[in-house]
Amino acid sequence: MSVIPVSWYLVLSAILFGLGVVAFVFKRNVITIFMSIELMLNAVNLAFVAFARAHNQLDGLVFVFFVIVVAAAEAAVGLAIVIMLAQHRQSLSVERENLLKF
Amino acid sequence: MPILDHLWIILALPLAGAAINGLFGKRWPQSAVNSVAVGSVTLAFLAVAELVREFTLLAPDQIPYVGRYFTWMVAGPFKVDFSLQVDQLTVVMLLTVSFVGMLIHIYSTGYMAHEGGYYRFFSYLNLFMFFMLTLVMAANLIVMFVGWEGVGLCSYLLIGFWFLKKSAADAGKKAFITTRVGDFGFTVGVLLVFATFGSIDFSAIFKAVAANPISEVTLTTICILLFTGAIGKSAQLPLYVWLPDAMEGPTPVSALIHAATMVTAGVYMVARMNPLFSRAPIAMLVVAIVGAVTAFYSATIGLVQTDIKKVLAYSTVSQLGYMFLACGVGSYAAGIFHLMTHAFFKGLLFLAAGSVIHAMGGEQDMMKMGGLRSKIPITYWTMFIATLAIAGIPGFAGFFSKDEILEAAKSGPNANLILWVLGVAGAALTSFYMFRLVFLTFFGKPRYDEHHIHVHESPKNMTIPLVILAIFSIFGGWFAAPKLIGGIDYFEKFLAPVFSMYAPPMAEPAHVLAESTASPEMELLTALTGVPVIVAVLGLLVAWWLYIKSPETPKRWAQSLRGLYLLLLNKYYVDEIYAALFVRPLLWLSTNVLWHGVDEGVIDGVVNGSARVARASGGQLRRLQSGNTRSYASWVLIGAIGFSVLLIALYVKVVH
Amino acid sequence: MILPLIIFSLCALLAVGGAVALILSREPIHSALALILVMVSLAVLYLLLGAPFVAAVQIIVYAGAIMVLFVFVIMLLNMEAEERTDFSKIAKFVGVPLGLVLIVWAAYWLAHSPAASAMGTGAAMEPSSTRELSKQLFRQYLFPFEATSILILIALLGALVMARKEE
Repeated sequence: MSVIPVSWYLVLSAILFGLGVVAFVFKRNVITIFMSIELMLNAVNLAFVAFARAHNQLDGLVFVFFVIVVAAAEAAVGLAIVIMLAQHRQSLSVERENLLKF
Repeated sequence: MPILDHLWIILALPLAGAAINGLFGKRWPQSAVNSVAVGSVTLAFLAVAELVREFTLLAPDQIPYVGRYFTWMVAGPFKVDFSLQVDQLTVVMLLTVSFVGMLIHIYSTGYMAHEGGYYRFFSYLNLFMFFMLTLVMAANLIVMFVGWEGVGLCSYLLIGFWFLKKSAADAGKKAFITTRVGDFGFTVGVLLVFATFGSIDFSAIFKAVAANPISEVTLTTICILLFTGAIGKSAQLPLYVWLPDAMEGPTPVSALIHAATMVTAGVYMVARMNPLFSRAPIAMLVVAIVGAVTAFYSATIGLVQTDIKKVLAYSTVSQLGYMFLACGVGSYAAGIFHLMTHAFFKGLLFLAAGSVIHAMGGEQDMMKMGGLRSKIPITYWTMFIATLAIAGIPGFAGFFSKDEILEAAKSGPNANLILWVLGVAGAALTSFYMFRLVFLTFFGKPRYDEHHIHVHESPKNMTIPLVILAIFSIFGGWFAAPKLIGGIDYFEKFLAPVFSMYAPPMAEPAHVLAESTASPEMELLTALTGVPVIVAVLGLLVAWWLYIKSPETPKRWAQSLRGLYLLLLNKYYVDEIYAALFVRPLLWLSTNVLWHGVDEGVIDGVVNGSARVARASGGQLRRLQSGNTRSYASWVLIGAIGFSVLLIALYVKVVH
Repeated sequence: MILPLIIFSLCALLAVGGAVALILSREPIHSALALILVMVSLAVLYLLLGAPFVAAVQIIVYAGAIMVLFVFVIMLLNMEAEERTDFSKIAKFVGVPLGLVLIVWAAYWLAHSPAASAMGTGAAMEPSSTRELSKQLFRQYLFPFEATSILILIALLGALVMARKEE
């Protein structure tokens, strides 16, 4: 079986992370921005697993486990906030939320 | 020896008086202020009297008696103690200052009785006494300088006593600034003294200069620099301009500060530094020339002045010139003698003038007076006596002292006939204008409205000091009388140790001995001895003729010699010249360069500029807070990238 | 030998494609589905890297629960498509270039990190890695484990409180 160098996985992880950042900056819908955050977390997970393989240690996998758990909690709370936002305002566009403007 | 061991008591008394009156006197009645002020000065005088008694009991090697009280400054080799000393010169000065000061304090209780700020006046007057006594008793140049500057300060405060009057405030400033110019030279001189001798203590300096040969150039420079301080403080040419303006102050101030005591500080300083001056003949010549020229010059201005106090002011400048002339020709004792007699008769003249002004309800123009002789007799007689003294009429105090000065100028060791001629001419003019003053004021028909101005004699607390000073103006010079008949001058003998202890060895004593009375030059000089008396009497006669016998003549002469008359009346336009040469350029510099340029431009610019920068950067930074989530996100991204760059850079640095 | 390569390439393409689809989609529901695709392909990659437990957790929790939650909310809120207006200049001129820079940068450094030179084998890292993993979890990482359980509890409460209707 041919073996794939770990560096390829890392490059893929970097690409996914960058795409997640671009989505985060570019998109205007709050839920989409949340999803881009999830994408970034996934990319990071991939990197962790790749490094765990590279060092032949299990700590990376444990960390992935925790990342997933925390992502779940964060998604729950974040979506709850989004629902509240949607109830109080008509639009979900991020542009309208500018109450923190100077 | 209670007082000698505690010399500082003499200083502490007037200082305490000043403090008490200054802090608490505002709400006290006049009697309380009087008691404190006059009391402190009287006690000081009694202390001085006791000091003199103890002094006479001292052995010659104990003189000068020095009291070292505390170490004031130490900066490396520069060490200044607060020490006071007493020798014969100090005794003379202490007696003069405290006695005349006491009398003038008593007089002021009457003169200033209706003035506002009563307590402030006496506080300043006491403060002045403190500084003057410090000056006179100082044992080193720095303590003397403390007194020097302090009397300058009090002079400023007292000249501008009526500070709401612009001319008075300006006169105070003028006095302070003009003497400042001189004080600058004085300070440089003190520094040079320290650089040369390594000490500023009188005993140390004098011992050093007597023991080691110091270059004459250095000594001359030192003496001339110190003398510039005297030129300022004692109102000689060219820094005399403040003294006539100082007449804006109350008359007792003019009497005390600008006649009897402060202006004599310069003479005292020269006499005190005589070991240095005696070894710098060029400096002595400078002193003598300045003195003689000032004496003559100032007398010419006094000829035509109409304000009674201005005449006395120019007369003071002139008489101070005589004192410096005396010191310049080596006869320090004569200078100090004249200082003392001048304190008596000039103090009296000013006090009497104050009495006249008080009687006339504030009028100071002599042209508006006349015929006061019968109305204020005590004032008239005391003033007349003082005038006889200042003119040098034989028998009165001024005669003896002025005669000694002119004798020294004519036949002394550093005789200079040109200076003698100037001195004699000045004496003639002095006699003339002083009698002119008396005749205009007290004789003739009243030239004022007798219905509006009710002339009355002054109260006792003003007339008694007049009488006392008149007595001293008559008898105060008789120490020197025996010299006329071949005896010795007791005053000179008393002061001799001060001027001989560190005196340089006499050059060419044989020259004096060889000149026996046989040569024709000596005969001529002896014949000229009586000239001062002759010119004094001449001045009296001319004044009598011009102002009593034929009063229209002065007006005719003024018309025919109009140019000269105006020149003298306007004081040779010196004030205008100074204003154009010095004052206006300085004001221009201050306004345009320092105010607009430095203060507004640089300093305000920096302050305002930094505020502007802060505001602008704040304004820019605030745009970061757009409320726009996405821009926030972008900034987070930028920050994250920056941070990762940093980490990687560190990683690379560590690895390689 | 060639199989891992094919699988890797396929999954990598799918993942990147899904990410790009997430960016380019107009409807949020399409973005959600794209994200699910990304997650599934990542799960396969985890399998390839020899971490079956993580792959299973990814599918079950991430793709199966979290994304379902996302889809529920999208459908609940009935969102409209996005408009095309773009207010933030910073985003346009700084965000995209910087994002690309970030990608290239991270990729470069990750690829040149010392660990990267190791080889990713297809076999599982150790026999019964799940057993080892659970041992690690309950011994060394016990405290974080319990802490995250409390975290979930708090999140649950928070979500409940916030999503409740006002009374």
